[in-house]
Amino acid sequence: MRKHVIVIGGGVAGLEVAGQLSKVGIDVSLIEKETKTGGHLNNWHRLFPDRRKSSEVKEYLDGMTMRSEIKLLTDTTIEAFRRTRNHFSVTTNRGNELTADAIIVATGFDLFKSARKEEYGYGIYNNVITSADLEKMFTNDKIVLTNGNVPETIGIVHCVGSRDEKAGNLYCSKLCCVTAVKQAIELREYLPESKVFCFYMDMRMGGAFYEELYREAQEKWGVSFIRGKVSEASETIENKLLIKVEDTLAGRPLKMKLNMLVLMAGMEMSEGGKKLAEIGGLKTGENRFFTSSDNHFGSNVSNVKGVFYAGTCTSPMNITETISHARAAVVEVIGYLKNGEN
Amino acid sequence: MDKFGFSISKGRQIDYDFNNRRLAEYIFEKEPSFRLCIECGGCSATCTTANFTAFSLRELNILIKRGENDQVRNNLRKCMLCGKCTLVCPRGVNTRNIVVLAKNALQKYDEYEI
Repeated sequence: MRKHVIVIGGGVAGLEVAGQLSKVGIDVSLIEKETKTGGHLNNWHRLFPDRRKSSEVKEYLDGMTMRSEIKLLTDTTIEAFRRTRNHFSVTTNRGNELTADAIIVATGFDLFKSARKEEYGYGIYNNVITSADLEKMFTNDKIVLTNGNVPETIGIVHCVGSRDEKAGNLYCSKLCCVTAVKQAIELREYLPESKVFCFYMDMRMGGAFYEELYREAQEKWGVSFIRGKVSEASETIENKLLIKVEDTLAGRPLKMKLNMLVLMAGMEMSEGGKKLAEIGGLKTGENRFFTSSDNHFGSNVSNVKGVFYAGTCTSPMNITETISHARAAVVEVIGYLKNGEN
Repeated sequence: MDKFGFSISKGRQIDYDFNNRRLAEYIFEKEPSFRLCIECGGCSATCTTANFTAFSLRELNILIKRGENDQVRNNLRKCMLCGKCTLVCPRGVNTRNIVVLAKNALQKYDEYEI
């Protein structure tokens, strides 16, 4: 008998899972809350470390999921799910009742809402934007200030909502450092007259080709890196942003007027994931992400038999890691469908 | 013997073995969040004193931990205890309390010469 798996979330992890499952002849219902799949990929112009277009990855994933075994349900969320013997019954917001043999949760992450760090003035001052806003500007091929001028000096603030007890997030989001470096390069490339400054606590370049990109930012693009956490931003009378930071390596406080401030928003457990944790009795940790059964060899396995995790609903990951994690989830599910054990 | 005016200057190195780190031990005990500092400098960035005088709470933290107590003593009195540093700290260090504790400890030390 053919098996049926429900995949919740149509971002990178969900699409990869759906594609791989369908390849081995398993039927998939892919549930996506938005009108189209792709998740955060849709909001990003180019990807680190090689600055390829995110649409290329989207194309790959779309190609994977254009298969008859996959039934795509967009604008759909899950209202309830029950486990009865070896089956799951899932109720959607659109009133559909689905039954499945297993569930893969791929609800991903939400970007940290930068307005919560009020001291940086997002939503208060003009020209304080987030990394996602900047990507949108690159997509629209237009990097301008709210008054229409081209920014001459741009500051990039690392760790916005990450590694921050005040934001309730003790963890490192892992991707923001390299995103900062990527965007700094792109800004310099797009606006050759501009000066770009990155304000960091630690440069966490722990991925393949990240450190090389960091070096390129210094060597080729002249990006300045200043070690210190920005404590606050304020607006000056000439509509510039005055930031305060300690240049910890010089051992002195530093102030600087900038035209634009880009906040590197961290990753948080998605709202959809939180809701699912509640209705499905899925365990979450202190960081609010789903808790896997084992950190080393059970990172796809949940506390509920037949429910598995894929991607950033368990912790911050880049796309490479997300795809690997999604494939690993597929292996777990196939094992479960054969043996009835997680 | 002729004297040529040479003298041996005190080294610049932090003499970790020689330095007395009792002050740090005392603060670790009374304010365990003192251990959490990652030297990001958020405190110094927001500090009013640091913007006008040679004072850095971040530096003070590390000097206490290294037992460079003479520098600590000279700097401590500059803090006005406004507590803005505590509001900024991403690690949840009670920075203001560290200054209070250090002040108390050094005062006792000076009174009783212990």
